[in-house]
Amino acid sequence: MSQLIPLFIVLPLLGAFLNSLFVRKNTKVSDILSLLITFSLSVISFLSLFLVNKYGVLIYKVGGWRPPLGITLVLDGLSSLLLLTVCLVSFFISLYSINYMEKYTSKEKFYTLFLLMLAGMNGVVATGDLFNLFVFLELASVASYALVAFGTEKEELEASFKYAIMSSVASLFILLGIGIIYSFTSTLNMADIAKTLGGSLNKVVVFAGILFFMGFGLKASIVPFHAWLPDAHPSAPAPISASLSGLLIKSLGIYSLVRVIYNVLGLKELFSLPLMFLGTVSIMVGVVLAIGQWDFKRLLAYHSISQVGYIILGIGLGTPLGILGGLFHLFNHSLFKSLLFLNSGAVEYSTGSRQLLKIKDLGLRSKMPFTSLTTLIASLSISGIPPFNGFFSKLIVIFSCIKAGFFGYAFWAIVGSILTLASFMKVYRYSFSTEHTENREIKEVPFFMKLAMLSLSLLCILSSFLFLNKFSNFFLGPAQKTLLEAKNYSTINDFVENVR
Amino acid sequence: MAGSKEVEWGDIWHNPLGGKERKMLEQKNNNTSEQKNKNTLEQTESKGMSLIVKTITRLTVGLILLYGIYIVLHGHISPGGGFAGGVIIALSFIHLMLAFGKEEVLKRFSSEYITFFEGLGATLFLGIAILGFLAGYFFLDFFVDKGAPFNLFSAGNIPLYNIAIGIKVSSGLFAIFVFLVLLRVIKDKDKQ
Repeated sequence: MSQLIPLFIVLPLLGAFLNSLFVRKNTKVSDILSLLITFSLSVISFLSLFLVNKYGVLIYKVGGWRPPLGITLVLDGLSSLLLLTVCLVSFFISLYSINYMEKYTSKEKFYTLFLLMLAGMNGVVATGDLFNLFVFLELASVASYALVAFGTEKEELEASFKYAIMSSVASLFILLGIGIIYSFTSTLNMADIAKTLGGSLNKVVVFAGILFFMGFGLKASIVPFHAWLPDAHPSAPAPISASLSGLLIKSLGIYSLVRVIYNVLGLKELFSLPLMFLGTVSIMVGVVLAIGQWDFKRLLAYHSISQVGYIILGIGLGTPLGILGGLFHLFNHSLFKSLLFLNSGAVEYSTGSRQLLKIKDLGLRSKMPFTSLTTLIASLSISGIPPFNGFFSKLIVIFSCIKAGFFGYAFWAIVGSILTLASFMKVYRYSFSTEHTENREIKEVPFFMKLAMLSLSLLCILSSFLFLNKFSNFFLGPAQKTLLEAKNYSTINDFVENVR
Repeated sequence: MAGSKEVEWGDIWHNPLGGKERKMLEQKNNNTSEQKNKNTLEQTESKGMSLIVKTITRLTVGLILLYGIYIVLHGHISPGGGFAGGVIIALSFIHLMLAFGKEEVLKRFSSEYITFFEGLGATLFLGIAILGFLAGYFFLDFFVDKGAPFNLFSAGNIPLYNIAIGIKVSSGLFAIFVFLVLLRVIKDKDKQ
């Protein structure tokens, strides 16, 4: 059954290349192609979740080479959860871009770059080789630089340049860390590195860990490394903002950080407090900076920093409940933050502006009922109002902090949640006001955009059921187990013989 | 504002010279075709570099191309390979462009061709990798007979990968060069 794993990389790459090869004028073909590929990927990712629950760990030998020598693709609990998140959300994003990307020229170039980025993200998550991780990370990053600059206006090019520089610095740190680890252990297979190190706290390993922390932290935009995000995310077209904020900073940032530090280097205890501290600082800094923003998408970008803080806080805590909350919040955040970015894109699509002060007199609540409704659901989810998914994941994170005796961190997490609610009340009040002094013809967005937003908001409500034990054991349990028993990762190469 | 149709990817790529510029060029070309019978030599000489450079280019460019193809095909038995050979192939096209000017070359190799070959190289590489599924694994060598070492037909599917990489790298590098050349035209248009 491990034959399924390479499909996560093959299918989007094939779609990207076929797009650039055959599609010239008729962009309907590339719509259908990318929709088909992302849909089949999300089906396969659901299937992989079943496989992980049944078999535990699946390993694929690329080219038939045995693990310490060849490159492996590993499907365990954590990667299957991330693959599900990436593939599911990217399906809705490509559904949304059918109508949204009409206003740009050369839509097929967009799909090519988007599918390349998807291949990179899937590859980072699925690979079991440290240098292969770096290659896929660069693939996704380079595609995202081009996508941020897709409008080719002045601000977009500037933001893309800034993002490219900062992200290249991060890649440099990661490459240096990989080099140090390779010279120390003479292997690049991640499980084999974990086996060779055996949890030693050698100074070289700690130094490499700090380099990885800086590099992946920059990709994940934890607070001291967050400066590129508020420029890069708003400048991109809305579907790309959604996939950058919802997927890229999670798969390239949080997943890689946690995988390398927890599973490969085995520095879970050492990095627990720094992760928690920087997570809490991220929560507060992100939300305080977000409250003052008047640009819809820029405000959302600052909230990304803040919400990443919750994930880092939960996972950094390291208790079973904390890790569960962090992973749950990771899944939820990718749903509601991409939904919010798609909503801001819908507002921009219809009104031509995303400045809250400019759209406040238009009376959008009656003119755009679908967008208004889905924004309401997403806002309530992100600010943690009870029936929605954001409430449960934040509750678990805060509760696990209290249970572990970290009352200060729990306090700041609660304050951050309240401030999030305040800033989204501001967004909703200004963007979807009822009174309209200005009489302008404004239409609701086209069908596919509505469909994507409605289904994402439905998922926001449905995923709150993951709070129940029955579902969370299935969806989040394997991933939680991967991080909780981090040392077991070193033994996964032994599974190669058992499962073909 | 995002989404205005002034200067965008599509404009730069599909109409390499922009709307206005292209029309002017087409008119110019029509004029030249009318005058072609009178003085062809003068027209071609007026673009690009001097007669000496053009003559030397005519002699050497084929050799450079051939050497690039040699490096690609012998990648598995001698130093070099798909990337190095692809760079040399791209250099031969760039050489032509430097000597004869961009209009002359783009008439023969338009950006459409370059995009096509770039996609083709990547798809070929992936296709060969997918063919490995036939033998059981992604990227697996599906040839049963690997051939004798140091023969041209040996080393399984590595020569095929080299050819795919050669196509991809040569067209990609040439595309980058063309893109940099054409970007200047768009800038000039903005200034006017």
